[in-house]
Amino acid sequence: MRLSDFICFDAVKAQLNSVDRDGVIAELVESLADAGKISCADSVKITQAVIKRENEASTGIGKGMAVPHVKHKLVKEVVATIGCTSQGIDFNSLDKQPVYSVILLLSPADKADKHLRAMENIFRNLRKNDFRSFLRQARTLEQIQEAIFDTDEPNG
Amino acid sequence: MFFGEKAVLSEPVYEIEVEIKNADGLHMRPAMRFVDLAGTFVCDIEVSNDDTYVDGKSIMQMTMLAATRGTRLKVKARGPDAQEAIKALQELVEEKLFDDSAAAGSGGQKA
Repeated sequence: MRLSDFICFDAVKAQLNSVDRDGVIAELVESLADAGKISCADSVKITQAVIKRENEASTGIGKGMAVPHVKHKLVKEVVATIGCTSQGIDFNSLDKQPVYSVILLLSPADKADKHLRAMENIFRNLRKNDFRSFLRQARTLEQIQEAIFDTDEPNG
Repeated sequence: MFFGEKAVLSEPVYEIEVEIKNADGLHMRPAMRFVDLAGTFVCDIEVSNDDTYVDGKSIMQMTMLAATRGTRLKVKARGPDAQEAIKALQELVEEKLFDDSAAAGSGGQKA
Protein backbone atom coordinates (compact mmCIF):
# COMPACT_ATOMS: atom_id res chain seq x y z
CA MET A 1 0.00 0.00 0.00
CA ARG A 2 1.23 3.49 -0.87
CA LEU A 3 0.03 6.85 0.42
CA SER A 4 -1.23 7.75 -3.04
CA ASP A 5 -3.46 4.66 -2.96
CA PHE A 6 -5.70 6.17 -0.32
CA ILE A 7 -4.97 9.89 -0.15
CA CYS A 8 -7.61 11.81 -2.08
CA PHE A 9 -5.75 14.66 -3.78
CA ASP A 10 -9.02 16.37 -4.70
CA ALA A 11 -9.64 16.83 -0.99
CA VAL A 12 -6.16 18.05 -0.01
CA LYS A 13 -6.08 21.51 1.56
CA ALA A 14 -2.70 23.11 1.01
CA GLN A 15 -3.75 26.12 3.04
CA LEU A 16 -6.35 25.38 5.67
CA ASN A 17 -8.79 28.14 6.49
CA SER A 18 -9.56 26.91 9.99
CA VAL A 19 -7.41 27.95 12.91
CA ASP A 20 -8.52 25.47 15.55
CA ARG A 21 -8.52 21.69 15.87
CA ASP A 22 -12.21 21.01 15.48
CA GLY A 23 -12.45 23.47 12.60
CA VAL A 24 -9.60 21.74 10.80
CA ILE A 25 -11.21 18.34 11.26
CA ALA A 26 -14.56 19.62 9.96
CA GLU A 27 -12.87 21.33 7.00
CA LEU A 28 -11.03 18.17 5.98
CA VAL A 29 -14.09 15.92 6.39
CA GLU A 30 -16.17 18.34 4.32
CA SER A 31 -13.45 18.42 1.72
CA LEU A 32 -13.68 14.62 1.42
CA ALA A 33 -17.46 14.98 1.06
CA ASP A 34 -17.01 17.60 -1.67
CA ALA A 35 -14.66 15.20 -3.45
CA GLY A 36 -17.37 12.52 -3.32
CA LYS A 37 -15.50 10.17 -0.98
CA ILE A 38 -18.21 10.29 1.67
CA SER A 39 -21.81 11.42 1.49
CA CYS A 40 -22.29 15.13 2.18
CA ALA A 41 -25.22 14.22 4.40
CA ASP A 42 -22.89 12.16 6.61
CA SER A 43 -20.12 14.70 7.01
CA VAL A 44 -21.42 16.22 10.25
CA LYS A 45 -21.78 12.81 11.91
CA ILE A 46 -18.34 11.74 10.74
CA THR A 47 -16.81 15.01 11.90
CA GLN A 48 -18.36 14.49 15.34
CA ALA A 49 -16.98 10.95 15.47
CA VAL A 50 -13.45 12.14 14.61
CA ILE A 51 -13.64 14.86 17.28
CA LYS A 52 -14.96 12.37 19.84
CA ARG A 53 -12.06 10.06 19.04
CA GLU A 54 -9.64 12.97 19.27
CA ASN A 55 -11.01 13.92 22.69
CA GLU A 56 -10.38 10.40 23.96
CA ALA A 57 -6.70 10.55 23.06
CA SER A 58 -4.91 13.14 20.97
CA THR A 59 -3.51 12.01 17.65
CA GLY A 60 -1.05 14.89 17.76
CA ILE A 61 2.01 12.67 17.70
CA GLY A 62 4.55 15.46 17.86
CA LYS A 63 6.90 17.16 15.40
CA GLY A 64 4.08 19.32 14.08
CA MET A 65 2.00 16.37 12.88
CA ALA A 66 -1.45 15.12 13.77
CA VAL A 67 -3.28 12.12 12.36
CA PRO A 68 -6.95 12.39 13.37
CA HIS A 69 -8.83 9.28 12.34
CA VAL A 70 -11.91 7.20 12.94
CA LYS A 71 -13.48 3.94 11.86
CA HIS A 72 -17.11 4.63 11.04
CA LYS A 73 -19.97 2.69 9.49
CA LEU A 74 -20.86 5.58 7.20
CA VAL A 75 -17.42 5.36 5.56
CA LYS A 76 -17.29 3.00 2.58
CA GLU A 77 -13.58 2.92 1.76
CA VAL A 78 -10.31 3.76 3.47
CA VAL A 79 -9.59 7.35 2.46
CA ALA A 80 -7.35 10.12 3.70
CA THR A 81 -6.63 13.74 3.03
CA ILE A 82 -4.02 16.25 4.11
CA GLY A 83 -4.32 19.76 5.41
CA CYS A 84 -1.43 22.16 5.86
CA THR A 85 -1.29 25.49 7.62
CA SER A 86 1.40 27.98 8.51
CA GLN A 87 -0.52 28.88 11.66
CA GLY A 88 0.19 26.37 14.38
CA ILE A 89 -2.93 24.51 15.53
CA ASP A 90 -3.31 23.35 19.10
CA PHE A 91 -3.96 19.60 18.95
CA ASN A 92 -3.02 18.91 22.55
CA SER A 93 -0.05 17.07 21.07
CA LEU A 94 2.18 14.68 22.96
CA ASP A 95 5.05 17.16 22.70
CA LYS A 96 2.75 20.14 23.47
CA GLN A 97 3.87 21.79 20.23
CA PRO A 98 1.51 23.22 17.60
CA VAL A 99 0.54 21.21 14.53
CA TYR A 100 1.23 22.34 10.95
CA SER A 101 0.35 19.24 8.94
CA VAL A 102 -2.76 17.16 9.47
CA ILE A 103 -3.47 13.80 7.86
CA LEU A 104 -7.11 12.84 8.33
CA LEU A 105 -7.90 9.13 7.84
CA LEU A 106 -11.39 7.66 7.59
CA SER A 107 -11.97 3.90 7.50
CA PRO A 108 -15.04 1.69 7.34
CA ALA A 109 -16.06 0.20 10.68
CA ASP A 110 -15.52 -3.37 9.48
CA LYS A 111 -12.09 -3.02 7.87
CA ALA A 112 -9.78 -3.01 10.89
CA ASP A 113 -6.96 -4.67 8.94
CA LYS A 114 -7.00 -2.19 6.09
CA HIS A 115 -7.21 0.67 8.58
CA LEU A 116 -4.10 -0.65 10.35
CA ARG A 117 -2.23 -0.95 7.07
CA ALA A 118 -3.08 2.64 6.17
CA MET A 119 -1.92 3.80 9.61
CA GLU A 120 1.28 1.81 9.26
CA ASN A 121 1.91 3.48 5.93
CA ILE A 122 1.26 6.97 7.28
CA PHE A 123 3.49 6.50 10.31
CA ARG A 124 6.29 4.86 8.36
CA ASN A 125 6.41 7.93 6.13
CA LEU A 126 6.03 10.42 8.96
CA ARG A 127 9.20 9.06 10.47
CA LYS A 128 11.11 10.42 7.49
CA ASN A 129 12.49 13.87 8.22
CA ASP A 130 12.36 14.81 4.54
CA PHE A 131 8.71 13.95 4.16
CA ARG A 132 7.74 15.88 7.28
CA SER A 133 9.70 18.95 6.30
CA PHE A 134 8.37 18.90 2.71
CA LEU A 135 4.84 18.77 4.08
CA ARG A 136 5.61 21.51 6.54
CA GLN A 137 6.90 23.78 3.79
CA ALA A 138 4.29 22.92 1.18
CA ARG A 139 1.96 25.75 0.24
CA THR A 140 0.34 24.32 -2.89
CA LEU A 141 -1.41 21.12 -3.82
CA GLU A 142 1.37 20.39 -6.33
CA GLN A 143 4.01 20.57 -3.61
CA ILE A 144 2.03 18.20 -1.40
CA GLN A 145 1.51 15.79 -4.30
CA GLU A 146 5.21 15.88 -5.07
CA ALA A 147 6.09 15.11 -1.45
CA ILE A 148 3.75 12.12 -1.51
CA PHE A 149 4.93 10.75 -4.83
CA ASP A 150 8.55 11.13 -3.70
CA THR A 151 7.99 9.30 -0.46
CA ASP A 152 5.96 6.57 -2.20
CA GLU A 153 8.86 5.71 -4.47
CA PRO A 154 10.68 2.57 -3.41
CA ASN A 155 13.89 4.47 -2.84
CA GLY A 156 12.20 7.64 -1.63
CA MET B 1 23.40 -13.02 17.24
CA PHE B 2 23.35 -14.95 20.47
CA PHE B 3 22.15 -13.44 23.72
CA GLY B 4 24.78 -15.22 25.74
CA GLU B 5 27.37 -12.80 24.38
CA LYS B 6 25.46 -9.85 25.70
CA ALA B 7 25.46 -11.24 29.21
CA VAL B 8 29.05 -10.04 29.43
CA LEU B 9 27.69 -6.49 29.55
CA SER B 10 25.81 -7.55 32.69
CA GLU B 11 22.59 -6.04 31.42
CA PRO B 12 19.72 -8.45 31.80
CA VAL B 13 17.87 -9.23 28.58
CA TYR B 14 14.41 -10.76 28.52
CA GLU B 15 12.43 -11.65 25.47
CA ILE B 16 8.92 -12.98 25.01
CA GLU B 17 6.36 -13.41 22.31
CA VAL B 18 2.92 -11.91 22.85
CA GLU B 19 -0.21 -12.39 20.83
CA ILE B 20 -2.46 -9.50 19.88
CA LYS B 21 -5.90 -10.63 21.01
CA ASN B 22 -8.10 -7.55 20.84
CA ALA B 23 -10.42 -7.39 17.84
CA ASP B 24 -9.14 -4.16 16.31
CA GLY B 25 -5.48 -5.05 16.59
CA LEU B 26 -2.66 -2.75 17.60
CA HIS B 27 -4.14 0.54 16.47
CA MET B 28 -3.10 3.91 17.81
CA ARG B 29 -4.70 3.87 21.25
CA PRO B 30 -3.43 0.43 22.23
CA ALA B 31 -0.04 1.48 20.91
CA MET B 32 -0.18 4.56 23.14
CA ARG B 33 -1.00 2.44 26.18
CA PHE B 34 1.95 0.21 25.37
CA VAL B 35 4.29 3.17 24.91
CA ASP B 36 3.08 4.80 28.14
CA LEU B 37 3.73 1.62 30.10
CA ALA B 38 7.06 0.95 28.38
CA GLY B 39 8.11 4.49 29.25
CA THR B 40 7.80 3.79 32.96
CA PHE B 41 10.78 1.41 32.75
CA VAL B 42 14.39 2.41 32.29
CA CYS B 43 15.31 -0.62 30.15
CA ASP B 44 15.36 -0.45 26.35
CA ILE B 45 12.35 -2.11 24.79
CA GLU B 46 12.35 -3.39 21.25
CA VAL B 47 9.27 -4.82 19.58
CA SER B 48 9.31 -6.74 16.35
CA ASN B 49 6.87 -8.18 13.86
CA ASP B 50 8.71 -10.41 11.40
CA ASP B 51 11.55 -8.21 10.19
CA THR B 52 10.18 -4.88 11.38
CA TYR B 53 11.96 -3.83 14.56
CA VAL B 54 10.76 -0.76 16.42
CA ASP B 55 11.34 1.13 19.63
CA GLY B 56 8.63 0.12 22.10
CA LYS B 57 8.75 3.60 23.63
CA SER B 58 7.92 5.46 20.40
CA ILE B 59 4.28 5.88 19.41
CA MET B 60 5.18 6.59 15.78
CA GLN B 61 7.21 3.41 15.55
CA MET B 62 4.78 1.19 17.44
CA THR B 63 1.90 2.20 15.17
CA MET B 64 4.06 1.11 12.25
CA LEU B 65 3.81 -2.51 13.32
CA ALA B 66 0.19 -2.58 12.12
CA ALA B 67 -0.33 -5.77 14.08
CA THR B 68 -3.74 -7.31 13.49
CA ARG B 69 -5.54 -9.72 15.80
CA GLY B 70 -3.66 -12.98 16.02
CA THR B 71 -0.29 -11.40 15.22
CA ARG B 72 2.55 -12.56 17.43
CA LEU B 73 4.99 -9.82 18.37
CA LYS B 74 8.40 -10.30 19.93
CA VAL B 75 9.13 -7.99 22.84
CA LYS B 76 12.73 -7.69 23.98
CA ALA B 77 13.82 -5.70 27.01
CA ARG B 78 17.39 -4.91 27.93
CA GLY B 79 18.32 -3.17 31.15
CA PRO B 80 18.08 -3.36 34.91
CA ASP B 81 14.28 -3.65 35.09
CA ALA B 82 13.88 -5.76 31.95
CA GLN B 83 12.17 -8.62 33.72
CA GLU B 84 9.51 -6.41 35.34
CA ALA B 85 8.95 -4.59 32.05
CA ILE B 86 8.37 -7.80 30.12
CA LYS B 87 5.95 -9.06 32.73
CA ALA B 88 3.95 -5.81 32.78
CA LEU B 89 3.85 -5.51 28.97
CA GLN B 90 2.76 -9.11 28.52
CA GLU B 91 -0.05 -8.53 30.99
CA LEU B 92 -1.13 -5.37 29.16
CA VAL B 93 -1.22 -7.07 25.77
CA GLU B 94 -2.56 -10.51 26.58
CA GLU B 95 -4.60 -10.10 29.76
CA LYS B 96 -5.77 -6.51 29.84
CA LEU B 97 -6.04 -6.42 26.02
CA PHE B 98 -4.61 -2.89 26.20
CA ASP B 99 -7.58 -1.80 28.28
CA ASP B 100 -6.16 -0.18 31.35
CA SER B 101 -9.09 -0.48 33.74
CA ALA B 102 -7.39 1.88 36.17
CA ALA B 103 -7.63 4.65 33.60
CA ALA B 104 -11.10 3.70 32.35
CA GLY B 105 -12.50 3.34 35.87
CA SER B 106 -16.22 3.40 36.36
CA GLY B 107 -16.71 6.68 34.50
CA GLY B 108 -16.53 5.23 31.00
CA GLN B 109 -18.77 8.02 29.75
CA LYS B 110 -17.06 10.81 27.91
CA ALA B 111 -18.71 13.75 26.24
